[in-house]
Amino acid sequence: MKFRANLWIGGTLFAAVIVGGTLAPWLAHTDPVMDANLMNAEMPPGSEFWFGTDAQGRGIYSRVLYGARISLTVGIVSQLINTLIGVALGLSAGYWGGWWDDFVNGLTNLMLSIPSLIFALAIMAILQPGLTSLLIALGLTNWSYTCRLSRAATLSIKQQGYVEAARSFGSGNTRIMLKQILPNIAGPIIVIGTLGMGGAVLAEAALSFLGLGIRPPFPSWGSMLSDARDQITTAPWISVFPGLAIFMTVLGLNLLGDGLRDILDPQSQSRRA
Amino acid sequence: MLPYVFKRLLQAVPILLAVAALVFVMFSVIPGDFASTQSSDGRSAIDAEAVARMNTQFGLDEPVHVRFGKYAGKLLTLDLGTSFRTRQPVINSLSERIWPSLQLSMAAMLFAIAFGVPLGFLAALKPGGWVDMQSMIVAVSGLSLPQFWLGLMLMYTFALLLGWFPSFGYGDGNPRYLVLPAVALGVAPLALLARTTRAAVLEVMNADFVRTARAKGNSEVRVMRWHVARNAAVIVLTTLGLQFGSIMGGAVVIEKLFAWPGIGSLLVDSVSLRDIPVVQACILLLVLFFLIVNIVVDVLCALIDPRIKYS
Repeated sequence: MKFRANLWIGGTLFAAVIVGGTLAPWLAHTDPVMDANLMNAEMPPGSEFWFGTDAQGRGIYSRVLYGARISLTVGIVSQLINTLIGVALGLSAGYWGGWWDDFVNGLTNLMLSIPSLIFALAIMAILQPGLTSLLIALGLTNWSYTCRLSRAATLSIKQQGYVEAARSFGSGNTRIMLKQILPNIAGPIIVIGTLGMGGAVLAEAALSFLGLGIRPPFPSWGSMLSDARDQITTAPWISVFPGLAIFMTVLGLNLLGDGLRDILDPQSQSRRA
Repeated sequence: MLPYVFKRLLQAVPILLAVAALVFVMFSVIPGDFASTQSSDGRSAIDAEAVARMNTQFGLDEPVHVRFGKYAGKLLTLDLGTSFRTRQPVINSLSERIWPSLQLSMAAMLFAIAFGVPLGFLAALKPGGWVDMQSMIVAVSGLSLPQFWLGLMLMYTFALLLGWFPSFGYGDGNPRYLVLPAVALGVAPLALLARTTRAAVLEVMNADFVRTARAKGNSEVRVMRWHVARNAAVIVLTTLGLQFGSIMGGAVVIEKLFAWPGIGSLLVDSVSLRDIPVVQACILLLVLFFLIVNIVVDVLCALIDPRIKYS
């Protein structure tokens, strides 16, 4: 077993973000929202404020730590919703076939023809800005790949002997889908889910940056960058750290996804870059 | 070839109609309509009669299916409705934004292809080598960078510190204004192209027909050009077509950051103002563009690889 650099580096980065977000109240020495003090505004990184302060005098170190909570929540929850929808539709379509399969196929093609960030933007236009809306917008717009993959995998697995065997032992359809087919398609789905989580973190940042996601004063990395834009000439450090945090998180998830793919889905290694 | 192109264009019509219906229904279930958002911000109070008059004026007082029927009928004649905000036909504000958007995305793609494809090719020539390691680090980083942050950093470094390029705006088509947004938008597809090219070249290099071509005594350059590059190009183009949607999503954010007067920034502004007819039109136009790109990709693939037969 060779040393898998991407798996370890990615896993470490992602673990660091989880630890930072979870332990934020203990790691940060100022409150991310309440500790605004105009006397401290736009202080460069130093011993008191490690990452400097923003225009309201809030410590950026603390805001970046708390921001991890929002990014992780959005990344994990929205991707769970996408995976649930994708697997439920894809597995049932592949298993049952017929008109349901045609319907799911049509729906997937429709979803694939709308760029997902633009679709999420449209949903955010309908809902009020905020965490719940973000989870809905990003959770409903990125399931098409999972769905296609589950469907294709189900189509080939349902021909296998062990599915036939389970049926002859009297297993019901639901039991076969959950016990025989699902475990066999789980590997690639976990890979897509991990990579999709990185995409969701980027999408949340982009939407919040546009003012359509998490609104100030809550410390989302995207909305912090949106605020920072106005101070880029006088206080560039406000823009640097939230961006680095997004980069590290997404890099971690992408490396982790690649590493998991090598283990869980080895035959696709060369096919999908 | 022409009948195929025509057939693909025809296939795009139902998808566009379905997208139009989806977007239309989505915006018809909004809690709170345009007229009431105009009054609910607390700055102005509009009485119920005025709200009713506005709803009649914009045709918002009819049932959804009747409105969609009218809307779809008008779409066929390129009538995209009237903007709630400017009270001008949507097609006017849309048409002046198409060219800047095209300019930006074409410049970004050119940048991505010019650097990404050679990078991936070089990486694949010696898998596991120094170039391969470096270029794959570039690729995975490029795919993880938030594009708007990269844009912000480019703006700070090359516009504010060094003063080489203007920091934002369109500059009436002056190409100097195009450089920073195009690079910011192009880095992600560059990374994707590098990875896809590397994977495609590696896959093709191990194929039997390449071994045969070598065995026939072809020079290495000829093998690379006629056997590897052509076959890899089909894989690369297909991936690029499928991923073009995420590039378009990135363009929306980059346009907004650099105050670029394209479809994307119009979409974001209209979403914030709930100017629904404009939002609908922008989404339809972007989806249309996405479909056209994929049709072009399929046609190109067929031109490159004569084995692909389209009926």
